[in-house]
Amino acid sequence: MTVAPFPTPLLKTNDLLQRDYAAPRDRFDSAWEATLSTLLGLGRAAGADFVEFFLERNNYISCQAEDDAITSLSPRLVTGAGVRVFRGKADCYVSTNDLTFNGLKAALDKALAIMGLTLPGPHTHLAEINLELLRDYATAKGKDDWLAQCSSMQEMGDVLLAANGALGQRASHVQSRRAVYFRDWQEVLVAASDGTFARDIRLTQSVGYNLLCADGEHRSSIGQRAGDTSDPAFLRDWDYATAAADVAESAGKMLYADYVESGTYPIIMANKFGGVIFHEACGHLLETTQIERGTTPFIDKKGQKIAHENLTAWDEGISPDAFGTIDMDDEGMPAQRTLLIENGVLKNFLSDRAGSMRTGHPRTGSGRRQGFTYAAASRMRNTYIAPGDYSLDELFASVEKGIYCKQMGGGSVGPTGQFNFAVSEAYLIENGQVTKPLKGATLIGEATEIMDKISMCSNDLDLAAGFCGSISGSIYVTVGQPHLKVDSITVGGR
Amino acid sequence: MPTIQDIAAYAESSAKKLGISKYDVYGSSVDETSVQVDKGDPKQVKASNRSSVIVRVWNADGKVGVTSTSDVDPLGMDLALQTAQEASAFGVSDHIPDFSPESVAPTADVQVETVPAAPVGDLISTLVDVEKQLLAAHPAIASVPYNGLAQRAIDRFYLNSAGALRHEARSYASVYLYSKTEQEGRKPRSAGAMRVHRGLPLLDIEGCLKEAAEKTISHLDYDKVASGKYRVVFSGEAFLSLLGAFSNMYNAQSVLDNRSLSTVDSIGSVVASPLLSVYDDALHPENISVETFDGEGTPTRRLPIIEKGVLTQFLHSAGTAKRMGASPTGHASIGAKVSVSPSYYQVLPGAEASSEFSLEHAENVIFIDDVQALHAGVNALQGSFSLPFDGWLVNGGSRTSIESATVAGDFRDLLKAIVHVEPEAEITPGGICPRIWVDALSITGEG
Repeated sequence: MTVAPFPTPLLKTNDLLQRDYAAPRDRFDSAWEATLSTLLGLGRAAGADFVEFFLERNNYISCQAEDDAITSLSPRLVTGAGVRVFRGKADCYVSTNDLTFNGLKAALDKALAIMGLTLPGPHTHLAEINLELLRDYATAKGKDDWLAQCSSMQEMGDVLLAANGALGQRASHVQSRRAVYFRDWQEVLVAASDGTFARDIRLTQSVGYNLLCADGEHRSSIGQRAGDTSDPAFLRDWDYATAAADVAESAGKMLYADYVESGTYPIIMANKFGGVIFHEACGHLLETTQIERGTTPFIDKKGQKIAHENLTAWDEGISPDAFGTIDMDDEGMPAQRTLLIENGVLKNFLSDRAGSMRTGHPRTGSGRRQGFTYAAASRMRNTYIAPGDYSLDELFASVEKGIYCKQMGGGSVGPTGQFNFAVSEAYLIENGQVTKPLKGATLIGEATEIMDKISMCSNDLDLAAGFCGSISGSIYVTVGQPHLKVDSITVGGR
Repeated sequence: MPTIQDIAAYAESSAKKLGISKYDVYGSSVDETSVQVDKGDPKQVKASNRSSVIVRVWNADGKVGVTSTSDVDPLGMDLALQTAQEASAFGVSDHIPDFSPESVAPTADVQVETVPAAPVGDLISTLVDVEKQLLAAHPAIASVPYNGLAQRAIDRFYLNSAGALRHEARSYASVYLYSKTEQEGRKPRSAGAMRVHRGLPLLDIEGCLKEAAEKTISHLDYDKVASGKYRVVFSGEAFLSLLGAFSNMYNAQSVLDNRSLSTVDSIGSVVASPLLSVYDDALHPENISVETFDGEGTPTRRLPIIEKGVLTQFLHSAGTAKRMGASPTGHASIGAKVSVSPSYYQVLPGAEASSEFSLEHAENVIFIDDVQALHAGVNALQGSFSLPFDGWLVNGGSRTSIESATVAGDFRDLLKAIVHVEPEAEITPGGICPRIWVDALSITGEG
């Protein structure tokens, strides 16, 4: 029989003072291993059941053209870290700007103290945590040069001015026109006491228009955005001419639109951003965060029918370039595809680490956060309703009098499952035909009721970029769906 | 975090190294702790200590570049100033921002009390106890899914290369409680309340608890409401939500950008019923977040926006004031494009109102306590809104909770349709405002 040596070198805590823990501040790589494994070991030696560090560097810039001038160019540089400590099922999160060893140790100390724990004394033996070989998604996928490949400040200005010029030529009754762009470059490093050690770079970009037209008392405002992850050439390849034509056409149609008459209607919702209905009415309610709070009606419905039999829905982080795509989540777990609902039956919830621990639902690579000041929480990525078997003509033909919701605004869902969302471009449907434009519509309802009324899905699934605000901040997501029919829904108007 | 004197020294040293002769810096540091609980146990405790600054530099052509950063050590300041200098090549050439002419003027002599942070254990035990009391307030209250107790200390400063140097500190604590009911055969209902003060010992936790419980219980016996036009009474908080959502009406930057419901000629025009007067006052004694200077260093002050229904003043930055021949009003936030925003509203009755309005005697009136989803249901550029709300149908003093409904209209019409502004004001974190009565608003009930 042979006796294995100690798996890790044992330090005494007072030896830490002599160690050189100067990890590079301008890059997150394997040089951080010693710093983080020691800190994680300190946390575990103090009695924490689980410790996780999240490090972030962020290089963000936004640019705005108004009429024919660049009126804003705003770079932002952010560096920070957060440490999460679990004791049993309770947890604590502390964030700091200070990425030195002592800065991170101070944050850990604070988190431990909040949990009723203290850093070990000066003569305690300390086992560093064995971290896995760095899973470096950034290097493996050639992302290290992304920032340098993105549009320069000069190019941002040139593209936006050209785009705004195109919009000015297309639109009439223009009161103001804006072209807006941002680039969010984020490098993250996650290390946890279960050995997780992973690095990634995310590049998220968005560009779009905001057009306000006015003619006397008639006004219309239309916004449109495109979003992308992982393509440094996104801005320079933006097809602004087509976007300008679309925005100008929508604004023109809505300028003289009547206000919608309130009531209960069948509606047809367009594809792409129409998917916000599922995001709000169902997606949020499938996050384990909601289970923990008891704020979802679907809490015990796994395996049961919760939607119309024609409805299947997914959430995933792997669609190429989609706005909610991530190679790993903010807890270092690789992204995956999660089947939420299959033919009306609830199949899975979206779970982060804490949600999994507290509810028993398996992690799905859904632990996401806006940045280092937030602890990760279960959040959506690219969420969409799967295409169905109906044609668009069949959907419209089934509506005698209803509303075509061509472009959606934002929405929200409350703790009792009541949701609402605004329609920014709508049309009356009469005898299967789209007739006059309508404005001012808000759709309201109950999640549990609406899901059974989505009775027809066409075969034209498409995705759209969006922003989702919730417990762990504002994150980038994709919503999507094919055109679909809701048999009846309350429409608030005048 | 380095002291303001440290940051000033770093900025001066970096600027000298980079050949920058004109710059200003606005920054803040925040130290905060928050707790949530779930059925008697802490759910998540959060603490954060962070800082950030935003720097503006003027290049040799007089153009401005901006950068914000969370690194406030010498290296971080070097990089920020260097990036801002690079960005300055793309700064605007028309209406270039300048230092506020009032950046060295005296600020109001306001003594802001700062309260030391309470131990985290005290926050947790306090919230656990409050949750327990709220759950015990009624058998139908099954959970308090959203709750939180937080405390925050903020230091903020402004300095510029012309010698301005301002600094102030404040602290505040907040509590929110949002409870949810469950009853057999009935839909879940929920309601909440929030309180803010300068520190935990001053926080009206009892009042928050009582309000959350009363509101939640009051929504148990709900009913649908028929769609139609109703006389609507907005709570102070609900009216302030609408006022804030349509603030482009009196925001000078929005006016100059042609993204306002007003134009440069609107000052002096009638925009509301003569019963309504609106002021903005960052220095109001009830404002927990009192600030004596804005992001450009301009002193804050009380400003009349609407007096007896007449639009009297826009909110200005130094730049908008210069363009419109006015004075800066202390409402600016610096950035590549300086933005303007309100601080703390004070809504008062304008002309004397009739005493015939009383919720105790009103018939078929909708009382809206809270409007929701403003990010989705407000189209500020068109003036329109369509919003879900919490509220009751009031008949002869009895209130029936409304199951699910929206209120819709045009904000400009709403202001002119005000028929009564009650004399008693409600104090909220965003301002003080009495209940406002409005005629003939569209209500859509579900179903």
